[in-house]
Amino acid sequence: MRTLVSPGTLRSPGGKIGYAVIFGCTLLLFVIAFLFPLYWAVTGAMKSPQELAQTPATFIPNEWHPETFGDAWDQLSLGKYFLNTIIVAGGAWLAQLAIDVPAAFALSKLRPKFGNVVLGLMLATLMLPAAALLVPTYVTITDLPLLHVNLINSPAAVWLPAAANAFNIYLLKRFFDQIPDELIEAARLDGAGPVRTLWRIILPISRPILAVVSILAVVAAWKDFIWPLLVFPDTEKQTLSVMLQRVAIDMPLNVLVAGMVLASLPMVALFLAFQRHILAGLTAGSVKG
Amino acid sequence: MSSPRSSSLLDWPATSSSRAGRPVASAAERRRNRLRRKLKENLTAYGLLCAALVVFALFSWYPIVRGVLLSFQQVDFVNPPSWVGFDNFTRLFEDPLFGVAWRNTLLFTVLALVFGFVVPFLTAVLLNELRHAKAFFRLAVYLPVMLPPVVTALMWKWFYDPGSGLFNSALGAVGLPGGQWLDSSDTSMLSLVFVSTWANMGSTTLIYLAALGTIPGELYEAAELDGAGLWKRLIHVTLPQTRFVLLVLLLLQVVATMQVFTEPYVMTGGGPDDSTVTVLLLLYRYAFVYNDFGSASALSLLLFVALGVFSALYVRLTRKADQS
Repeated sequence: MRTLVSPGTLRSPGGKIGYAVIFGCTLLLFVIAFLFPLYWAVTGAMKSPQELAQTPATFIPNEWHPETFGDAWDQLSLGKYFLNTIIVAGGAWLAQLAIDVPAAFALSKLRPKFGNVVLGLMLATLMLPAAALLVPTYVTITDLPLLHVNLINSPAAVWLPAAANAFNIYLLKRFFDQIPDELIEAARLDGAGPVRTLWRIILPISRPILAVVSILAVVAAWKDFIWPLLVFPDTEKQTLSVMLQRVAIDMPLNVLVAGMVLASLPMVALFLAFQRHILAGLTAGSVKG
Repeated sequence: MSSPRSSSLLDWPATSSSRAGRPVASAAERRRNRLRRKLKENLTAYGLLCAALVVFALFSWYPIVRGVLLSFQQVDFVNPPSWVGFDNFTRLFEDPLFGVAWRNTLLFTVLALVFGFVVPFLTAVLLNELRHAKAFFRLAVYLPVMLPPVVTALMWKWFYDPGSGLFNSALGAVGLPGGQWLDSSDTSMLSLVFVSTWANMGSTTLIYLAALGTIPGELYEAAELDGAGLWKRLIHVTLPQTRFVLLVLLLLQVVATMQVFTEPYVMTGGGPDDSTVTVLLLLYRYAFVYNDFGSASALSLLLFVALGVFSALYVRLTRKADQS
């Protein structure tokens, strides 16, 4: 494809050298800027505490201590915090799918009276900076209206607000709008009600958008910090991020770094496995303005 | 409900019964049947919507109203909230940290724009020209985005360590003096911006890259035939063609960076000398350290108004620039 630099220029001898130099520099810069910090963290975790504190730092560990990862797992009780994070992120994911998919389907295909007003009220919340709702939502969580339940220290304090996600509903509705009505009509003629149509016809052909929404949901929940920090004062219930931040000062540095590396692994693995969907979600996200 | 097709699919019971060859019903009966059908459809739709309506009502719409109310109330969780008028705002204005927090937040936003806006765009332009290892570049630049922000912040806090940190070690290795980074109020904010840019530039870079991919190649060819050099092509073809994405991301980035919290909370706690106290950090202190939810709400209302005014002005100005 034709870009800023013309193919002719690139083919000329000067262009070839220039390209090689620029390509080499960019490659080197990217390795230094984005991969080297990760190398530094992974190898740093395997240095002895003395070596980690020494100045100047060593590029390659003098002694290797891969057992630090095991120590970190035990000392930080990572098993428990991984489980907490999985419960929080997994529940947030399920809540978003279970609540937002039927809502988007109803708004897109059943088009009830005042449906556009409801959609407008939902989309309007996208205009609001998240920080503006932090305090009133926290106050609401401590004492749910009518029910008078306190959700502090309960994973539901993350699950339920996560489901009030207008962006998900917008993405899903836009996808459902493109599904031809004939398909739904055919299902109706075959005797399927709306719920059955949603389950048997719409969901199977909506896999791409469901994958995007799922990944956005899991990644957002895994990365979130401020909200879990507020709603999980009980140290036993906290997520990985909140726990790491809490113990950062008291832990030996090598153990802490090993814990950080382990806490990041699931997201990095997820990214490597689902790159295509994640990048699709990114460009879907870019049109939200 | 607008197209005839959609209304016919909602009329499913009638369609099927007419197919079954039932005698034609009277006009009144048909009207009654249609009404009943409409009612049933609406009930089904609202049945599917009810969970969403409940969570939006509880965690979006109600907190919006509640936030405004709280700004004018005193809340102590023992007595019922009492009205205090503008007391919360007065308390904020009298807090010397209030001005400091806004100044710091603006500084962060401006610095974050200088880096976080220009660097990803130039990176995307550069990557768009490269013919090899495209997948690697994409992967590398996006990798930090996947790390939990707390991990990124803790990791960089360690890199910035004046003693054994990566930065001063690297500088020392080439014979340069190290810096104080987070420990000096002159460089603390810049150091935080650097981390934030590193962590977030992956998504903006890839969005720009996608936008660059949609520019028709003929535009560059035509510009080149007209004698436009590399720089002129960048200014007169690339920039106008990606204008919309650039403007939208600029707005989103300002709104996002004005709410910076994790980096200062984890890396500096607001120090040294309050040089990294941001609006959101102050809001956190008011609500969860001083337990003054009223003043914290007043501060979020101010933040909301500031961002709202900015967004409105921005949209209006860019629209005006578009028309002229």
